[in-house]
Amino acid sequence: MSNSIEELAGVRFLLVAGSNTTETHPVIALRMKRAVRNGAGLVVIDPRKIELTRFASRHLQLRVGTDIAVLNAMAHVIIKERLYNAEFVKNRTEGFEALARHVELYTPEYAAEVSGLKAEDIAATAREYAAASPKAAICYTVGITEHSCGTHNVQAIANLAMLCGNFGQPNSGVNPLRGQNNVQGTGDMGAIPTDLPGYQKLEKPEVRAKFEKAWGVTLPRRRGVTKITAIDQMLRGKMKAVYIMGENTVVSDPNATHVEHALKKVDFLVVQDIFLTETARIADVVLPGAAFAETEGTFANSERRVQRVRKAVEPPGEAMADWQIILELFKRMGHPQKATEPKEIWKEAASLAPILSGITYERLDKEGGLQWPCPTPDHPGTVYLHTDEFSTGQPGFFAPVDHIPPAEEPDPEYPLVLTTGRRRVTYHTGTQTSRASGFELLVPHEWAEINPHDAEGVGIEDGERIVVASRRGRVEVPAKVTDRSPRGVVFMSFAFPELTHTNVLTNDAFDFITETPEFKACAVKIEKLAAPAAD
Amino acid sequence: MTTAAKPGTTSHALVVVNGAGVRYREGGRVLGALKEIGVKVPTLCYDERVGPVGTCRMCLVEVEVDGRKQTVASCTAFQQPGMKVATHTPELREYRQTLLELLLSETPSPNECPKCQSFATCEFHSAVNEYRARWDRFPRLRTRQKAADPNPFIQRDYDFCIACYRCTNICNDWEMASAITVQGRGQDSRIHTFFNNMLLESPCTFCGQCVNTCPTGALTDRKIVGKTDAKKVTRTKTICPYCGVGCGIHLLTQDGKLMGSEPDFSAPSRGSLCVKGQFGSWEFVRSEDRLKYPLIRRGGKNGTLERASWDEALDLVASRFKEIIARDGPDAITCWCSARCTNESNYLLQKFTRIALGTNNVDNCSRT
Ligand code: SF4
Ligand code: SF4
Ligand code: FES
Repeated sequence: MSNSIEELAGVRFLLVAGSNTTETHPVIALRMKRAVRNGAGLVVIDPRKIELTRFASRHLQLRVGTDIAVLNAMAHVIIKERLYNAEFVKNRTEGFEALARHVELYTPEYAAEVSGLKAEDIAATAREYAAASPKAAICYTVGITEHSCGTHNVQAIANLAMLCGNFGQPNSGVNPLRGQNNVQGTGDMGAIPTDLPGYQKLEKPEVRAKFEKAWGVTLPRRRGVTKITAIDQMLRGKMKAVYIMGENTVVSDPNATHVEHALKKVDFLVVQDIFLTETARIADVVLPGAAFAETEGTFANSERRVQRVRKAVEPPGEAMADWQIILELFKRMGHPQKATEPKEIWKEAASLAPILSGITYERLDKEGGLQWPCPTPDHPGTVYLHTDEFSTGQPGFFAPVDHIPPAEEPDPEYPLVLTTGRRRVTYHTGTQTSRASGFELLVPHEWAEINPHDAEGVGIEDGERIVVASRRGRVEVPAKVTDRSPRGVVFMSFAFPELTHTNVLTNDAFDFITETPEFKACAVKIEKLAAPAAD
Repeated sequence: MTTAAKPGTTSHALVVVNGAGVRYREGGRVLGALKEIGVKVPTLCYDERVGPVGTCRMCLVEVEVDGRKQTVASCTAFQQPGMKVATHTPELREYRQTLLELLLSETPSPNECPKCQSFATCEFHSAVNEYRARWDRFPRLRTRQKAADPNPFIQRDYDFCIACYRCTNICNDWEMASAITVQGRGQDSRIHTFFNNMLLESPCTFCGQCVNTCPTGALTDRKIVGKTDAKKVTRTKTICPYCGVGCGIHLLTQDGKLMGSEPDFSAPSRGSLCVKGQFGSWEFVRSEDRLKYPLIRRGGKNGTLERASWDEALDLVASRFKEIIARDGPDAITCWCSARCTNESNYLLQKFTRIALGTNNVDNCSRT
């Protein structure tokens, strides 16, 4: 997030795109509702009638995967009507003319045609966003990124924010809300093929030199591969071994059968986890790790705030903290480490990552969380980014992006769009929430949310068990007939893998820049369960 | 970095609390001035997140402005420059004691308070102890009725309810769920849902905010209450293991065993939690089916996973990795970090991949 969670309560206008915030981030949704109560406008862009729309002044219920057309049309209106922040554009950005030319074609009328919205609603949203700037914020989650055009969606959002000068100001910005507790920190720590800790690019000689000196090794120069590419290489027999820490890949990844097949093909699979997950079950070696309550360490939240995680109890049996296990492996691979406690490991990481250098365990214990960039011991941390310049040090670049339809569009055989997401009381693949008592009463099982019109077409009733099928697989699931789903859209989560393995349906087409899989759209059909043979 | 005096101005307006000066803050409440110098009065109906409602009258103080004395509720009254505040005069003490004794007359014995027994002495009973309020000073009144609500999360023992309405205020104004409301008046008032008083059938999101604001044992976490001993429970400040908001929680342990969790009000999340953090953050840790020792697949790819020692498992991983590096090169191995593991573990795993294996094939699950 460029800005902070608490700041959301003070915005004058909030655009929430592809984020079912009340379900996925209830505590952030509270700040949003507070903003509305304080008089802010709230516009929700989402194909489904999600709960947040109850608080919204407008719901732009667009067709799945047409966000860019709408966002570009907003930019079109803002430029055409000269509502943009000319000073910010002049001083802080590049590429304005190109963008202006590019979005020329994206009239609200064109976007309306693509998205199924009303042109005047798109234009009005653009005007409201511009009028409230620089106290206008945009929030989004996986609803935006989990498309094959995910990166472009994010760029289209950034374009709007730059046009209206919504960067480097309190109560504004572009705010991706992170799904899992330490998504932010995993990136911060360099768990990315191209980046070393602190988002320092491996390809830069001075960066490599610094790390080589600190680590006393020569770093590999060959480009690393992302998960998606690695899975492909497994299938082609090129990738021979995989070490997975704390992730139930077989359930969480799209086109699950394909992933499982890939992982089964490698010579050697190591899975480190706290449960014998579906993924661990196919491993060659399973290493028992420790849960969050059993280790010291830190997490970084969505607003870049590093916070301390503390040990309350010992891990069960012989289980060991993840960092301890890795330290053991370091030794056995001939690279014993000097830093052998979380505190020292953090110190080493922070010393190498300038954005984190001012953060120490002592400060975290004393001051609570600290938001990076926090480069020095007396730096208070950064509540919102990009104050005088963009943190890249470069001007903000307007990237002209185009509407690209989802990789798999509905057709006569698979006439509906399946979109997946989370429900509040369940979490990701359900390994944690399914073990908390009482939760089964709140959401006892998976269901497929289907619009009454679509249900009627196939003769399906509320509560009836049905089949949802895609080109990749089929699942049985009870139907929930509800107008939360618009016509043509089926919604499911993936928290009950044992009963309903949703991700056997999803598509593994992925964003060609970040390689984020397209969870948010694939073509499916619904059918009644085959009746038991009559007579 | 407090505001240094501007040249030319010699002094600041003050509020004088029990003889000690506090900087006057425009628009600030008297309670704010007390807090600033650590003077405590009971505030049974006050939660700073929803602001003052001024109904319990426990926070009454004596103020003097321009020689005129007045008794006001410190949570609602505004500061004035030069105001003198007295918080613990004999009259105020007696007044509070009487108020508490009236509340005691309509609630069961403090010894039975579920919050005091299982968690820590509740706000109400702390005040009772401090002011030496007697349970039997006044004739006993009928207590309110416990709610017969079998939901798995929140125990609603309204016999301990003191009608402060913090629960309904936090539910309506902070969580904005509007699940509970006050019905009836005075002694007959009760907390109810809009329908049949079953939280599971109300708009309740089970955020637990009502449980945590309730100043008595009327609302408690059903998963913990009765299972812990307040005198033995220890708290560990940490972070909720679920989403990227990173709300602060305290884990409750007793005799080395995880027993429950509570929100951490000192964290940036200010005590907010959702149902997962409130009621789902610790049971999975204690779950019987946790992995407890390393497993190795014996008998080839079709073999079964069997228990192994750490040495055997780790040696096997290292030797297989070495073998594959020698045969196929380091780029034939990839490591995947986890958004659920700590920064320290992730840092180590990417470093391990790069220097011990010699490849940049490291990625994480944030893409999914
Ligand atoms: S748990 Fe939350 S939603 Fe439910 S009654 Fe309490 S405050 Fe309201
Ligand atoms: S249940 Fe607790 S918070 Fe609610 S009115 Fe009664 S005493 Fe106050
Ligand atoms: S706290 Fe002031 S009246 Fe209750």
